[in-house]
Amino acid sequence: MSELLITHGRVLDPASGVDRQMDILLSDGHVAKLGEAGSLERNGATVIKAKGLIVAPGFIDLHVHLREPGQHHKETIATGTAAAAAGGFTSVCAMPNTAPVNDSPEITRWMQAPQRGAVVNVFPVAAATAGSMGMDLTDYAALKEAGAVAVTDDGRPILDDAVMREALAAAAKLDIPVVQHAEDTRLTAGCSMNLGAASFRLGLRGMPNSAEAIVVERDIRLARALNARLHVAHISTLEALRAVRQAKSEGLRVTSEITPHHFTLVDDNVGEFDTHYKMNPPLRSAADRQALIEGLTDGTIDAIATDHAPHAFHEKQVEFERAAFGITGLETALPLAITVLHHYFKLPLWRIVELLSSNPAKIFGLSGRGTLAVGSHADITVFDPKKKWTFDASQSKSKSRNTPFDGWSFTGKAVATIVGGNIVYQQ
Amino acid sequence: MTRQARSLLGTDQLTPAQINSYLNLARKMDPRKPSQLLRGKRVVLLFYEASTRTRTSFEFAAKALGATTTLITATSSSIEKGESLIDTGWTITALGADLIVMRHPNSGAPYLLSRYCPVPVINAGDGLHQHPSQGLLDALTIANHKPSFKGLRVVIVGDVFHSRVARSNALLLSQMGAEVVFCGPPDLVPDVSATIANGVIACHNLDAALQAADVVISLRIQKERLAGKQLSLEEYVERYQIDSRRLRLAKPDAILLHPGPIIRGMELTSEVADGAQSCIHEQVANGVKMRMAILASALGKVRQA
Repeated sequence: MSELLITHGRVLDPASGVDRQMDILLSDGHVAKLGEAGSLERNGATVIKAKGLIVAPGFIDLHVHLREPGQHHKETIATGTAAAAAGGFTSVCAMPNTAPVNDSPEITRWMQAPQRGAVVNVFPVAAATAGSMGMDLTDYAALKEAGAVAVTDDGRPILDDAVMREALAAAAKLDIPVVQHAEDTRLTAGCSMNLGAASFRLGLRGMPNSAEAIVVERDIRLARALNARLHVAHISTLEALRAVRQAKSEGLRVTSEITPHHFTLVDDNVGEFDTHYKMNPPLRSAADRQALIEGLTDGTIDAIATDHAPHAFHEKQVEFERAAFGITGLETALPLAITVLHHYFKLPLWRIVELLSSNPAKIFGLSGRGTLAVGSHADITVFDPKKKWTFDASQSKSKSRNTPFDGWSFTGKAVATIVGGNIVYQQ
Repeated sequence: MTRQARSLLGTDQLTPAQINSYLNLARKMDPRKPSQLLRGKRVVLLFYEASTRTRTSFEFAAKALGATTTLITATSSSIEKGESLIDTGWTITALGADLIVMRHPNSGAPYLLSRYCPVPVINAGDGLHQHPSQGLLDALTIANHKPSFKGLRVVIVGDVFHSRVARSNALLLSQMGAEVVFCGPPDLVPDVSATIANGVIACHNLDAALQAADVVISLRIQKERLAGKQLSLEEYVERYQIDSRRLRLAKPDAILLHPGPIIRGMELTSEVADGAQSCIHEQVANGVKMRMAILASALGKVRQA
């Protein structure tokens, strides 16, 4: 029986309301015991001395693209989860826009098979419609049975009203959320960034905020009528945020996530056509970013999710309008959350942990995760909120290097990542 | 000077001193008097998009300075086979090019090329973004008729949204102290267009915009750009065509420019295009001079401010 003892760390577990210096013993893949700092001892156990460090329930990323099956030139489940571990994530939720699209129990199981070499937990999010074509629903019960934790056509929206209503109703029966990439693509054809002063200056066609807001508002109407669970992926506009805030005030089962780049950057950062700032949803205006920070503070936004989207050099280093959307994010999410949200905007650390762990676990119903209560899975992130360091993309564990944060100096870093009681990353 | 600095990608990168130095140099250039300033230099004209005047103008300019030119177009090269822009740039450089003049349908393409390519890149028009050599030759034309840019009222009329000329001109002229007025229907002159630089305003009433104008720059209207807009072609002509009556609203010594090709009866009438205030032919002639100045500067053959 393998055992791990973490001593003298500041145990920060929002789910059970704990925030003090404690020891924690992990045994046989589960949290076995918590005790006063210095009180626990165990012969034969591996010891991590965590004095001055935060010991948090393992981080869960609700939104990653692991690119397998079919696009292993960008990333594999092995390399993507290695990057996750290095960034402090113990679980990642894998989007279905693979090749082929993950719309079947077979692919869902294949992604979770030990042969894939994942070093953290992989929870597939399956396609909501066959081939993510937005027409015929997939078999949600069978997908859930195979391990899918939610459904989405991510990368694309479900535009058809009737199909979205059916999807919400079918998912609600199984108590899983529908995750929506909210973009009315009829308003964004040919667009490669946010609509605004920067897009005019650069001569690029811009995506209006309304393209996101229209879909979020419609989805909320449908979810309200069905009392269904809706999760708004990578929220980016103040209008969509306002709609989610209203929905929550009504008690609807609506949740939302934000990416680190949307709370850090704005459209003007595209600079002179730097494709590392091209993603979808696009970086928005300073006013949108300000509203999103407020949403993080007041609880409208429930989770931080990376939308980790690896792409090869030849897919990004092309003309801006032809470049693939998306950036990597697993290794920079926690550093950005601490540097930007905690140190600059003064969000407390417990809120950061809530956004990265306990809330994501609740949203996708990952029982026994997102908490350090005795008996829960021994998934733990140990991080140093004061560690100063510089990110070097060439040292990334991901197979791809498409990040705008290369060379950024951060405060805050994961120092150990523990999955099922095993150390999968340690600095 | 570094390679990036010797590239000409947009007018926003230029200081007033640099702009003046281009103007002074262009004035000294004479396309009819052959020079050997760029003898032995190889200039590649990389055109991913159709062009007559810009391409010919750069070609004449290069040849007038003794350089050799090679034209590469998208349909008659490996570009058609799927070669990336970066690879095309490397190939052209490896073949011995000293400078690349590029026209490209995607905004920003010259920035990509110049990041990876070890020779200077001259932007000859990229998507909706910029057309800096046009901005400079328009400045030369204006400077030939006006004592100073300071306080000049320049009205740019037409499809500003889709115009790389409008962007390059507004950035350059506002930098030189002129007041720039974008004028056209709201679909084509969105309010956000005024944010491009200090001293730029957006206006939807042409008669009002033309009051006290020193320079009127008419832009080409492409019929297909009006598709799906709130304005019909007839309404456009009615409200935004430059004709004799409207031109009289401007100052008596106002000049009229147009980057070409002009569509008579659309954005302007023949009367004004061929009228005494028109500088349209002069612009074309200035194009060769300015491009000689641009090539000579980029290849380090003259001192730049």
